[in-house]
Amino acid sequence: MTAVIDPVTSPDAEHAVLTVRGLGVTVRDVALVRDVDLTIGPGERVGLIGESGSGKSMTALGIMGLLPEDVTATGSVRLTGVEHDLIGADERALSRVRGRDVAMVFQEPMTALNPTMRVGDQVAEAMLIHRTEPNRRAAQASAVDRLDRVGLPDPIQAARAYPHQLSGGQQQRVVVAIALANDPALLVCDEPTTALDVTVQALVLDLIVRGVTARNSAMLFITHDLAVVATVCQRVLVMYGGRVVEAGRVDQVFTRPRHRYTQGLIGASDLEVVDSRGRLATIAGSVPAAGSFPVGCVFRNRCNHSTELCKIPPDWTGPDSANGFACHHPAGLSNV
Amino acid sequence: MSEPQAAISVRDVTRNYLRSRTSLFRAAPSVHALHRVSFDVQPGERFGIVGESGCGKSTLLRILAGLDQPTSGAVLIDGTDISRLAERKLRFLRARLQLVFQDPMSSLDPRMRVRDIIAEPLVAQGVGGRKERVTELLSAVGLQPDAADRFPHQFSGGQRQRISIARALAPRPGILVADEPVSALDVSVRAQVLNLITDLVQDLSLTLVFVSHDLSVVRHVCDRVAVMRDGQIVETGPIQEVYENPQHPYTRKLVSAVPNLRRALAGTSAADLAAASAGFTRGEHV
Amino acid sequence: MSSPDDVVVQPNSDRRRGPRLNPSLVVGGVIVMCVVLMALVSFAWTPYDPTRVDATQRLLGSSAKHWFGTDKFGRDVLSQILMGSRTTLFVGLVAVGVAAVIGVPLGILAAMTTRRLGELLMRGNDLLLAFPALLLAIMFGAVYNASTLTAMIAIGIASVPNFARVIRSGALQVMGTEYVLAARSAGRRPFAIGVRHVLPNVSSLIIVQTSVSFAIAVLAEAALSFLGLGTPPPTPSWGRMLLESQEMLYSAPRLAIFPGLAIAVAVLGFNLLGDGLRDRFDPKLEDRR
Repeated sequence: MTAVIDPVTSPDAEHAVLTVRGLGVTVRDVALVRDVDLTIGPGERVGLIGESGSGKSMTALGIMGLLPEDVTATGSVRLTGVEHDLIGADERALSRVRGRDVAMVFQEPMTALNPTMRVGDQVAEAMLIHRTEPNRRAAQASAVDRLDRVGLPDPIQAARAYPHQLSGGQQQRVVVAIALANDPALLVCDEPTTALDVTVQALVLDLIVRGVTARNSAMLFITHDLAVVATVCQRVLVMYGGRVVEAGRVDQVFTRPRHRYTQGLIGASDLEVVDSRGRLATIAGSVPAAGSFPVGCVFRNRCNHSTELCKIPPDWTGPDSANGFACHHPAGLSNV
Repeated sequence: MSEPQAAISVRDVTRNYLRSRTSLFRAAPSVHALHRVSFDVQPGERFGIVGESGCGKSTLLRILAGLDQPTSGAVLIDGTDISRLAERKLRFLRARLQLVFQDPMSSLDPRMRVRDIIAEPLVAQGVGGRKERVTELLSAVGLQPDAADRFPHQFSGGQRQRISIARALAPRPGILVADEPVSALDVSVRAQVLNLITDLVQDLSLTLVFVSHDLSVVRHVCDRVAVMRDGQIVETGPIQEVYENPQHPYTRKLVSAVPNLRRALAGTSAADLAAASAGFTRGEHV
Repeated sequence: MSSPDDVVVQPNSDRRRGPRLNPSLVVGGVIVMCVVLMALVSFAWTPYDPTRVDATQRLLGSSAKHWFGTDKFGRDVLSQILMGSRTTLFVGLVAVGVAAVIGVPLGILAAMTTRRLGELLMRGNDLLLAFPALLLAIMFGAVYNASTLTAMIAIGIASVPNFARVIRSGALQVMGTEYVLAARSAGRRPFAIGVRHVLPNVSSLIIVQTSVSFAIAVLAEAALSFLGLGTPPPTPSWGRMLLESQEMLYSAPRLAIFPGLAIAVAVLGFNLLGDGLRDRFDPKLEDRR
């Protein structure tokens, strides 16, 4: 990111929980993620919005050091309470950090839980690994308490259950309990409710929000669902083609988007607005494969407003990484 | 008395499954997938079915398509009861009613080329002129002709759904039944595919049955809607009415528990959604 | 009309390494061709007559005259290896052929039919499993005179249950997919679905199972030959050579090493070929970017 202004300008950069600078993710010399900067302070809930191929999941995995074999991350990821940079750290160092300083909630609870282990034991294990509880008995008692706090009825019985005996919503609650067990400073959620029923989704979202609020944890919430981000988060970053194209407060970005992709995305997601023939607004074309994005502005081959100028990568326009956009022909303040 | 005949008429359909025995002494437990489901779909109508997982909509669709038989009740397509017909008597149904499935990944045979996938209904029904028809269909769903020689894995989710739709339209059906066709798609792709569906339904004067768990999608696409829960229909009506003035508590919950961008920007929080959702456990402790 | 999609997207996750000529295919193919070549050559010429006994030439070590030496009957080992390759190929083809021709349709049928009938077929399959190859070989041997052919058919039949079971499992998965549902709703007859959808999608299973069965067949033939139920002497057979070498394992280990190596390399070759073919015909790996 070739920012004109000094990159470290987030108001509480010194107290930030997560500071990501110039994060890049590559696989076999194809760049999946480029130049991602983001900062999250304690108690802040930040959303990362993007569709398939935007690089949002790779960004999350890159931050947590969970990238697959032939995928590498570059840049800097600093977490409060951890002395070393997470990028390039070895697996041993990272395994001390994961589950304690940062925890993750994924989309599929069934694959996140060990099917052959009782759920109470899995929660207890999370605490024992990081020595949050001194011994097995204390951990198991604490596990029951955690399961109660995530709203599982009859927590003592629930603790003895195996994952397959629970419903999808209950399983996800267990995953949240495990994630929050050690009061992590940062919670990273990647589509945590997408696989759940609508009614269950609402309850699990509420649970997550209450969980991080109670601990004053920072949260990075990754999803493709604009409504969920608007409901749950305070700030949002929009990703496309492996780059952050816009960032800002939720109410601002969603009501007065500046980047043309954000504008298109919001238009396409609005099912209530149709043209004279009853059709929804769409973004022309489709997402290119990784490595096939156009040179310059990653969105220009699908943008109605692109010109020759867009062959040059747009600079970031904005005071800091948390507020701004990268577009040569942004939507005006009157949202034209 | 010349009443216009309903395109689809579902009358008191019940479907029970027997699960495997868990005890030597007691009978095998039975699962009530559908219980006395009834509704009509008029020709040219766009009918939505909304429900969450396990509500029985998949079972219902299979029965509509003649791929499963109800335990009791009748299903009339163009006036003919298909619920007890043998496969060879169902030929007409295969040309008349086609399905579009939810998962773009598994609804296309990975080992078949696109042209064979799309032409399959024609092959099955002994219709000629396939090559031209495939080209015609690819164009109708917005894909390039060279897509015909490729394999499914070379396409994105949205493109695969287009292929699915092309396949469904091949035998020139009058009724299109879509099972969550856009649920697995990204937002911007969803808009494109929804536009495609509404265009085609309009241009070809199709009767549409559209199933989704997302009431707002159904609201955009359909004229009338039935809300399903635990194998039963709890509410039916014109979509605007059901959405704005839901009668049944479950419908009310469905409407208010869904995250909605406008409402979120107006201040609805996760806690508010949860409050709207609470109290309806569907047999599940949440 | 909706916006045309002219960009063909290749999702990252589906891209695996799989060029048209992958290493497995090449190496496996070369090995198998060598074995076939050996068999063909042996019809025209071998250094010595492998069945000719010569007491004066017993147990000679490797030399210029006998590259691999001679066995306890004075027969040239190299010639035996060359001619033995015929038996190996014959064994592989017939045993695996029988197993596949019976087992694959059985498995597919069991998956496509009603649950009750499918279970019935599988129980019949299990009954077959109860007959070890040995027992079958004895039965056939008693009725038809033990020979390579009876041994192979016995082994083939004994291999059917595994084929059927594996193929049925794969076929059940295919039957549960939405594209089969789409085919049914398009009006496809069951037979057409079996041939057009199930068979291609279990083909990689078939190839792998073939490789495995081939290896087992070769080794089974060796055991049967040793018991006199397989290739009768003096026709050379790698398996029999291997087992006959047991008594001289310490004094003349090369008598075990040569046939043993030949079996190992041939089995490896077929396995690699199987893997290579499976990858070669997987449409997901067809174009390599």
